Amino acid sequence: MALDRWIAFVILLVCVAYGYAAYFTMDGVLPPIMQRSPIWPSSFPKVLAVGAILFSLAIVLGLEKSPEKKDAADINLSRLGDYNVGQALMLLGLMVAYALLLRPLGFLSATFLFLFLGSFILGERRFVLMAVIAGIAAGCVWYLVDAVLGIFLSPLPGFMNGG
Amino acid sequence: MFEGIMTGLATAFTFTNIMMVIGGCLIGTFIGMLPGLGPMSIIAIMIPVAITIGDPSTALILLAGVYYGAVFGGSTSSILINAPGVASTVATSFDGYPLARSGQAGKALTVAAISSFAGGSIGAILLMIFAPMLASVALLFHSSEYFALMVVGLSAIAAFAGTGQVAKALLMTFLGLIMATVGEGVLFNMPRFTMGIMDLQSGFGFITLAMAMFALPEAIYLVLDPGRSKTGDGEDGGKITNLRINRQEAKSIAPVIGRQSLQGFFIGVLPGAGATIASFLGYAVERNIAPKEEQKQFGKGAIKGIAAPESANNAACTGSFVPLLTLGIPGSGTTAILLGALIALNVSPGPRLMVDEPQIFWAVIISMYLGNLVLLILNLPLIPYIAKVLAVPRNFLIPFILFFTLMGAYIGQNNATELLLLVGFGICATILRFADYPLAPLLIGFILGPLLENNFSRAMQLYDGMGFIWSRPMTLGLLIFAVILVVLPSYRARRARARAEGVADGD
Repeated sequence: MALDRWIAFVILLVCVAYGYAAYFTMDGVLPPIMQRSPIWPSSFPKVLAVGAILFSLAIVLGLEKSPEKKDAADINLSRLGDYNVGQALMLLGLMVAYALLLRPLGFLSATFLFLFLGSFILGERRFVLMAVIAGIAAGCVWYLVDAVLGIFLSPLPGFMNGG
Repeated sequence: MFEGIMTGLATAFTFTNIMMVIGGCLIGTFIGMLPGLGPMSIIAIMIPVAITIGDPSTALILLAGVYYGAVFGGSTSSILINAPGVASTVATSFDGYPLARSGQAGKALTVAAISSFAGGSIGAILLMIFAPMLASVALLFHSSEYFALMVVGLSAIAAFAGTGQVAKALLMTFLGLIMATVGEGVLFNMPRFTMGIMDLQSGFGFITLAMAMFALPEAIYLVLDPGRSKTGDGEDGGKITNLRINRQEAKSIAPVIGRQSLQGFFIGVLPGAGATIASFLGYAVERNIAPKEEQKQFGKGAIKGIAAPESANNAACTGSFVPLLTLGIPGSGTTAILLGALIALNVSPGPRLMVDEPQIFWAVIISMYLGNLVLLILNLPLIPYIAKVLAVPRNFLIPFILFFTLMGAYIGQNNATELLLLVGFGICATILRFADYPLAPLLIGFILGPLLENNFSRAMQLYDGMGFIWSRPMTLGLLIFAVILVVLPSYRARRARARAEGVADGD
């Protein structure tokens, strides 16, 4: 089965779970006063669940034929090994690490490390240049966001900011 | 209308707002040139900035400037390095790049800038004429008609997704609508589908979703396939010297610009069609109606081949503001993000906007003229310098694109969980893109979801059930039209296939 049909199958399962929640779990907890209303919190989700299940089934069953794809600009999944999958996964991991460390390390250190390691993962080895660019960028963005726009970004690690 | 224009002029011509137009256009041009950050991502990044500004007119002026700048920046990278930043400028590269290769990059950029200026300005005039007309009709609409209109808009977006893609686009729309129901909505004052997770109480952030759907997959694609990015490989289009065009050339492109501005505008008004279709169609039409000897020049550096898509895509960008400002219905991903920004600024776009807050409506239109003027007289001479950004090595560029994606999601909500959601959704979006699922319908569905449910609920309450569908002929008519829009493409594709098979059998 082609990837698009597998994806439709996964979406179908999600929609079935969503539909189950809408049809069987939401109405029971509704206060009596709301039960007299013609529209319930579950009404719209019920319609959506039916529609989404029908369309995902249409794709799983292959009712609509897709034309052959000849877009050279797109990724060809059969040659996935030729692409930099490792780099992409490492960068995604770096983004997750950034999300987890932003508060504990503070904006400046976390951003510096993110930009430095990001270039490193992509193969850059001019360490001084990498450090200078990452340092200047982290400082400038922090100044712009915090001082100019007035959106608070904790610059230093949590323990140095008093928590 | 005259009164409105004066209101718009008074609002737009303040020092702050002029600075916003200039700043927006420059930022847009600068970032729009980079691969991976199209107008949608740039606007999404700028939304927290716009919200901080607070004043809706100023914020919208900034975002409109960024939008124009980004489209212009996309054309520049199309012409200089054959790497269109956005789909709507792909057609520009057909002739822009060959012209740049022949040492006339300056001329190509000037033609693109003049065409964009004319397309955008003619579009703004048409917007001034048509938007108030449409808004006065829309004032008669009830919630049931709004509900039906939104259904038509969503169906049209799916119908324009292309052959064999309608079911996928509809599924993505439904998925977007489903995601919009997560969290505590204003309608029922109770959390839905949060699975007990506190961070989901306020639902998914639309900026996070916009970043995850567009910026992140494009950045991942750039990492996966270095061949996609032509930046930083030493090719920056060569020297951009002579920016002038002669009288003869100006004469030959004038009718093209006129025709394509009109055509582009009306295509832009249609939900789902947008700037990409307008630019390709504009290019094709002009190639077909050109004299035989000029036709041969198309694809080899014809200036008409640059003027047509550029005027069409800018006029279409302006056209896409018509349904947004008059009906509150976005017809494209970009206008959907602008709608999200307006809602975040406590402005509800729709026919009442022109009555209740005319200064916002007219200031945006006036800022469109200003934006086009800024692009022509300020950005064009600066292009040789701005284009240096194309020489930034990808090893530095990609971490920055990823970082801006993270920042866009983070500073809107100030919540690190949003970043984890961003990465999660980004991976899902990339896989969906692998399998050729269109992502814009998902985002449009997500942003329209609460409005759709709101109008659906009001209509249900008013008619005590589903009676509103057959009690109001206009609602019924619109809903039937929506069904036709969805069914027609697959019916035609089926018939074409059957006919093709018949021919094959006959052979």
